[in-house]
Amino acid sequence: MDTGAVQHEKVHGEALAGALASLTILPAIAPFGMLYGALAINAGFEPWQAWLASATVYAGASQYLMLEMLDQSLSPLAILLAMLAINFRHVLYSAALGRHLVRFSRGQKALAFGLMVDPVFAAGEQRARRTGTLGPRWYFGYALAVYAVWMLSNVLGTMFGALIPDPASWGLDYVLPLYFLGLLTGFRASSGFVPVLGAAVLGSIGMHLTVGAPYHILGGSLAGLAVAVWRVPSPPSSSPPPGSGA
Amino acid sequence: MSDAGLTLLILTAALMAFLTRVGGHLILVRFTPLPPRVEAALEAVPIAVLGALIAPAILLGGPAELVASIVAGVVALRASTIWVIVCGIVVLVVLRGLTVG
Repeated sequence: MDTGAVQHEKVHGEALAGALASLTILPAIAPFGMLYGALAINAGFEPWQAWLASATVYAGASQYLMLEMLDQSLSPLAILLAMLAINFRHVLYSAALGRHLVRFSRGQKALAFGLMVDPVFAAGEQRARRTGTLGPRWYFGYALAVYAVWMLSNVLGTMFGALIPDPASWGLDYVLPLYFLGLLTGFRASSGFVPVLGAAVLGSIGMHLTVGAPYHILGGSLAGLAVAVWRVPSPPSSSPPPGSGA
Repeated sequence: MSDAGLTLLILTAALMAFLTRVGGHLILVRFTPLPPRVEAALEAVPIAVLGALIAPAILLGGPAELVASIVAGVVALRASTIWVIVCGIVVLVVLRGLTVG
């Protein structure tokens, strides 16, 4: 019987399919990673410190924020608080993606969350919604490809950062918003897309103009989620509050 | 900041980042089965968070950024993420060149 061979092939196929699915976003990650490496060196990091940050923090936007705040000589506590504000979205990602990790062992779950950056979360959610399942092999195929390219581009950035031209003149400073825009439109078939997005945008802009970055992420996210919750009709079976009349 | 101080800052940030990544799930598994409202909120997470992330860059960035984002958004309806980025960047670089020159 060659069920073993078939199984084997399927296993490899799933991991490969995951890695291949990441190909569309890898070109967006590479410049972002290279730029981080270069800016970290400019900010006075040793190369290994830049690699350590990318390997362990592994949250690009918050790493950029850290560089910016170090440049302004802000206190470590202020830096960590701002990073927490920018990374709070991972709590929401974690809660949402965790529902789909039923086929993951405990250790696999820990690793899956450790590798969960924005594109990995978005791709995993989409995969689970479209196919009804999310397997560890597909997930890790995707997530490890993203991690590998992030680290590789980062190392290149720390080594050859001086060769990177001014990011703004190539539009590289705008790769990230466009890339998130691409991820976002992948969810346009979800119910409540327009009202949830509308609230998130309003909340985000409102916070940005008042409190300032990075708290717009928190404000906008919570506004969007509030609308999603509000749209759910009250369950008719729930006991009516006393004296509400009917 | 000293070398050791910076390394400590990086490692603390790494620990915090990991805790946010497992935290949401660890909190949520205590509340199964999920009420419909929580379920709806989780369904909306990608839309709400990604929308909140990019709104200022698109709407407050300037006219070139706004036009590039609209073009990219239209492309996103038909093509994969890499084309969204390529088309958006090309439009942005051209428009920035026009406004500078």
